[in-house]
Amino acid sequence: MSTREYMLGNVAIARGIVEGGGQVISGYPGTPSSEIIGTLAGMKERDFYVEWSVNEKVAFEVAAGAAMTGVRSVVTMKHVGLNVAADPLLTLAYTGVKGSMIIIVADDPSCHSSQNEQDTRRYSQFSLIPCLDPSTPQEAKDMIPFAFEFSNKVQMPVIFRPTTRISHGKSDIELGPVEETRPSAEFVKELERWVMVPKNARIQHPRLLESQKIMQEELENSPWNSLELTDGAKVGVIASGIASVYAKEAIVKQGTNASFLKIGTYPVPESKIRTLLENTEKIIIFEEMEPIVEEQVRIIAQQTGSTVDIVGKIPGPVPRIYELNTDICADVLAEVLELERPDVPAEVAEDFDYDRCRIDLPMRPPVMCPGCSHRASFHVMKKVYGKDAIFPSDIGCYTLGIQSGTVDTTLCMGGSITVASGMYQAGEKKPICCSIGDSTFFHTGMNGLLNAIYNKADITVTIVDNRITAMTGHQPNPGMGKLATGESTIEVSLEELCKSMGAGFVETVDPYDLEKTEEVFKRAKEHKGTSVVITRQYCVIDAKRSGIRRKPFVIDAEKCVGCRLCVNLGCPAIEFNTTTKKASINAMCTGCGVCAALCKFDAITEVKK
Amino acid sequence: MSAEGISKFDLVIAGVGGQGTILASDIIGKAAVKENMSVRAAETHGMAQRGGSVVNHVRLGCELGSMIPMKGADVLLSLEPSEALRYLEFLSDDGTIIVNTDPILPVTVTSGQCSYPDVDAIIAKLEETHEVKAFNATELAREAGHPQSMNVVMVGAVSNYLPVSVETLVECVKELVPQKTIDINVKAFEMGRSVIQG
Repeated sequence: MSTREYMLGNVAIARGIVEGGGQVISGYPGTPSSEIIGTLAGMKERDFYVEWSVNEKVAFEVAAGAAMTGVRSVVTMKHVGLNVAADPLLTLAYTGVKGSMIIIVADDPSCHSSQNEQDTRRYSQFSLIPCLDPSTPQEAKDMIPFAFEFSNKVQMPVIFRPTTRISHGKSDIELGPVEETRPSAEFVKELERWVMVPKNARIQHPRLLESQKIMQEELENSPWNSLELTDGAKVGVIASGIASVYAKEAIVKQGTNASFLKIGTYPVPESKIRTLLENTEKIIIFEEMEPIVEEQVRIIAQQTGSTVDIVGKIPGPVPRIYELNTDICADVLAEVLELERPDVPAEVAEDFDYDRCRIDLPMRPPVMCPGCSHRASFHVMKKVYGKDAIFPSDIGCYTLGIQSGTVDTTLCMGGSITVASGMYQAGEKKPICCSIGDSTFFHTGMNGLLNAIYNKADITVTIVDNRITAMTGHQPNPGMGKLATGESTIEVSLEELCKSMGAGFVETVDPYDLEKTEEVFKRAKEHKGTSVVITRQYCVIDAKRSGIRRKPFVIDAEKCVGCRLCVNLGCPAIEFNTTTKKASINAMCTGCGVCAALCKFDAITEVKK
Repeated sequence: MSAEGISKFDLVIAGVGGQGTILASDIIGKAAVKENMSVRAAETHGMAQRGGSVVNHVRLGCELGSMIPMKGADVLLSLEPSEALRYLEFLSDDGTIIVNTDPILPVTVTSGQCSYPDVDAIIAKLEETHEVKAFNATELAREAGHPQSMNVVMVGAVSNYLPVSVETLVECVKELVPQKTIDINVKAFEMGRSVIQG
């Protein structure tokens, strides 16, 4: 029987957690990390605990607590999530763990779906926690059982850092055996180790520094670093993580005679770097984002008095921004080694853009779905508060409301209410109405609302509650009465929560009911102090999946006067024919009825059957 | 062209979020694994799913990275006409374009900010530089039983080029589509396959 399966990188990572015998797995959704927990939670039979936590710091601490008792734990998040969890991260380095803990942080070079492209390897250096950096989905899966074992051996958590192309790449994966033994949880009181009062922290810091050398030596000889010295090669190429497959392909394509050092661990393999320095005249370093390997190589070269020419990013031809790829690596090799690019003529590589096609392509930006209730909420918000009002927003599907003119700021998860408060406290006189999703509110929005109410910020907070964490792929949250595994649980009331924090105005509306929604927003605007409007309607994708069927709408061409009011809603289901000057509704209509409510000429009606 | 020793066959699948590009690439990737080929693929998730432009890379017989270099693909399979132009840079000079002629208007067009190019002009443009197989796959899918099986029509069309057997591909279609739509999808596959054979 074949043990090879075709799977998504994140599914392979989940499989690695099963193979390694993971026992407690927590996380907060974030692209490109979300499918790891999604896969584990969806398994019909499981002998591990899995949860979606309310934010990354919480998830981190749940996993840390588990690892303190001696079991194998995992926490998952995306790179920006580690900023939220940075507080426990830096101190857990001091305490270490008793069992095993893997901190999975998915990086997103090129910001495919992120607000920045920070490099998690910097956190590894910063916290002195070792990091594993896979180059393929297969390696990602294989690294997880290794990481559990290594973490337990050195009694330290391990950062595991896939990137978008690993997490959302697919590959044939060779499956391994599943670890059957499960250490049982038993917390042993050791105050010097677990209680980081200053006296104890002062002891742990030098211990942490001493452990670096041991971890470096242990990782140096792991299978994740490999050095191929090529006879007669004057050039050495060093590449880390996913850059190593790009670099390898570029070397083959360019026919470059080079020695090759692949790096997959931090601290970096120092002896291998020294060996390469001794055997080459020039070293070219490929790594995505920050020049972390390069800095280490330059330090080692300086320490050893090496005169090897080092080419990378400081300064150099390898870009410090966005993703790398085979073409960039081939271009750098060509430039540094003064070679031709036989496969791609230089002028094509540099000049290719859509202009070459000489047909203007329409932009195709991601948009809110047809029938999405956020569109209706934003429509009313804009109408009531006016175009001059300030609309701070947050991170989720509703960020796509940027096209509705109701997203003026997006800083970080939970940043909308706090930014709105800051603007008000600064003396801003224009009306301020911020928006935040249900999951984001539970993540870190709650603290911001408490602060706004406590400090008397006169703002309106709109909680656009679509009953799910939609943007990252429909994960449950505390507002839904459902756990990661589908099991029932308490359903937190947003209304009661906001009232208990002291909000003087809390109202819930169905945003599809435009009239009522407008009336509520008007009263919220008048309210002195922090007002909360909860606009609640199921996510249209989720509604469809759960069997809610609405009749689509149609536009009567005879009644349509071409006023474009419905078109301006920005719904993908509404089209406008510039020749006939009439609007029409296409097959994407989900039957929300918002356009019908808008139409002043009664031209839009439900399809009758 | 896929480089020797790196990849046997490089395929770019372009389309719009919701058209089923991931399922299309999954059928091909899974079939290749069944035939003992190593596969690397990269797909678009997250933001771009919401009606945005999406592109998947599939590399059959590849042991390295999933991203196809510029001018590296043997075939560009486009589920929507304008998306074929958007990702043309990945296709090798002697590569083939298989394109569905049924357009999906982006919201920038329906709301009047941009205009959508004439589909015939797009095809003519593609034909200037490459061999093009253009047909209305959505219409064929409708004939097969459901417009949503358009992605499988396109898999059937590209099956004429893939280094994977038709039997394995059909087997994977049956395994990956929803149970009650198997017949429609197998028919869709066959219709797509024969439209290219002519």
